[in-house]
Amino acid sequence: MPLPVEEIKKLIKASIPDASIEIKDLMGDNNHYAATIKSKLFKNLNKVEQHKLVYKSLKGKMGNELHAFSITTESK
Amino acid sequence: MEIKNKIEDLIKQNDVCLFMKGTPDSPQCGFSMAVSNILKHLNINFKGVNVLEDENLRQGIKNFSDWPTIPQLYIKGEFIGGCDIVKEMFENGELKKILEQKI
Repeated sequence: MPLPVEEIKKLIKASIPDASIEIKDLMGDNNHYAATIKSKLFKNLNKVEQHKLVYKSLKGKMGNELHAFSITTESK
Repeated sequence: MEIKNKIEDLIKQNDVCLFMKGTPDSPQCGFSMAVSNILKHLNINFKGVNVLEDENLRQGIKNFSDWPTIPQLYIKGEFIGGCDIVKEMFENGELKKILEQKI
């Protein structure tokens, strides 16, 4: 089941309220995304920890509904 | 053997260990292929572990690292990241540095 962009943003925002999120739908199929997420919460975390925060916000959807979702994180 | 022990053995015995879908010569997923190709490009000897051959391992490695996706790269027993992180570290030179320091 593909996940629409707005749905993904809502999930991320719920866990990372200050996140600036840019999501590109790479193929126009609601299924292959590239996201850039910036947040103050990423400060002092390494990349693995930053990505984990994002994965956790997606509540188990990553690797299931969301297969092709590449992430770039930056701290604000 | 418990799957956790099996994973610990694999990452202990192989300095550079990549859990992937398919094999380095025949990757079954674009993300696994990307990481495998980066390591080849850097001339790194690595162990590719095909998670598609073992459902227990496929799930086990996700629990092990608390990371929901495959591929997963380990260097000297340490989880380095998935495809996005490895690509980023390759592009900014960090991956090469880590490999030179640790291997």
